[in-house]
Amino acid sequence: MSNHLLRSRAPISDSNWKLLDDEARERLTPALAARKLVDFSGPLGWERSAMNLGRVEEVPSTPCDGVTALQRRVLPLVEVRAEFEISRAELRDDDRGADDADLEALDVAAHRIAVAENTAVFHGWADASIAGIAEGTPHQLDLGNAPDTYPRPVAAAVERLLSSGISGPYALALGGEQYQRVVQTAEHGGYPLLEHLGKILDGPIVWTPGVKGAVVMSQRGGDFLFESGQDLSIGYLDHDPEVVRLYLEESFSFHVATPEAAVRLNA
Amino acid sequence: MGFDQYHEPPEELPPAARTFARLCASLTEEAEAIGWYEQRLAVETDPEALAVMRDAQGEEFKHFSMDLEFLLRRTSSWRAIAQGVLFQAGDIVEHGEEAEAEALEGDDDDDGGSGGYTNDGTGSLGIGSLKGATR
Repeated sequence: MSNHLLRSRAPISDSNWKLLDDEARERLTPALAARKLVDFSGPLGWERSAMNLGRVEEVPSTPCDGVTALQRRVLPLVEVRAEFEISRAELRDDDRGADDADLEALDVAAHRIAVAENTAVFHGWADASIAGIAEGTPHQLDLGNAPDTYPRPVAAAVERLLSSGISGPYALALGGEQYQRVVQTAEHGGYPLLEHLGKILDGPIVWTPGVKGAVVMSQRGGDFLFESGQDLSIGYLDHDPEVVRLYLEESFSFHVATPEAAVRLNA
Repeated sequence: MGFDQYHEPPEELPPAARTFARLCASLTEEAEAIGWYEQRLAVETDPEALAVMRDAQGEEFKHFSMDLEFLLRRTSSWRAIAQGVLFQAGDIVEHGEEAEAEALEGDDDDDGGSGGYTNDGTGSLGIGSLKGATR
């Protein structure tokens, strides 16, 4: 019996599937930054359709007089998919024991879907009814372009969160460009900037592809809620004599319970 | 202080594996406590003591259930099998065999049952939460 991913229908050996799953996992894990910083619930299964918000709205009309009605508001899960093709000749070579199979298309798809997840969490996705952390917060500061001045806005962000009654530890999600600057920079006296920022935050500093600028956010829990239906999986589409077409897919939604628990730092 | 819940060197284990091991250890301890209370209840005759111990055992039921739910949420193949076994009327062993076959061998049906690689039966890569990992 196979599920909706139809993996058993693909012309792919056990060894090939292991190769593909291992490669996907290896590429996805460093890039799935949002999962390192928000509360992850699930996976609750492909059948899961919506996230409970505990909210209602009034139904303006009723079928007859003398009754009232409220309708539940929920956050529908979004199905995200990144398709890719793998050469069947490469897969045959893997079966022969080759250790250098060309899986670039899978790597690209993995990066894309990770960026999509990070972007939805941090900057929202209006068409999927997701409000992002950076878009929803009332706190904004300028990060600036000179990395050796980053400690000042990061410290100001931590102070802003403390003033709002948001306890730590705090994390820093850095866009790709900003992360690179931070790891390359040593302050006066040679002290690594990464370590200085870590001491201010008392929490992780995370490379977050898809984030514009940076976000300082509380790690106390309960503020940022990611609900996973089907966790990231590889499924089968179709094949021809040359290639097999596959996809990476997940279903999820995301809800910010405490918008003021983060500070957006604009680059 | 011992770290007996780890079978491998803790420093070599990723944070998620350490958390998983802690919860497995907790689950074992709760099950043990449930068994101990069951024995105590079987021999105790003082009604007040019985009431206290029944209440205490109820706490252990709750702790065990919470540990189990956490672990099932983090392990999709375990969860898939548990769904086929727990709260089902009928033959427990039969349900177990069927659930295991569906969860762990389902994707191999067309491959001639080579007994080789299956990821976890659901197709999931099993990544889940990465909280605690910075890289």
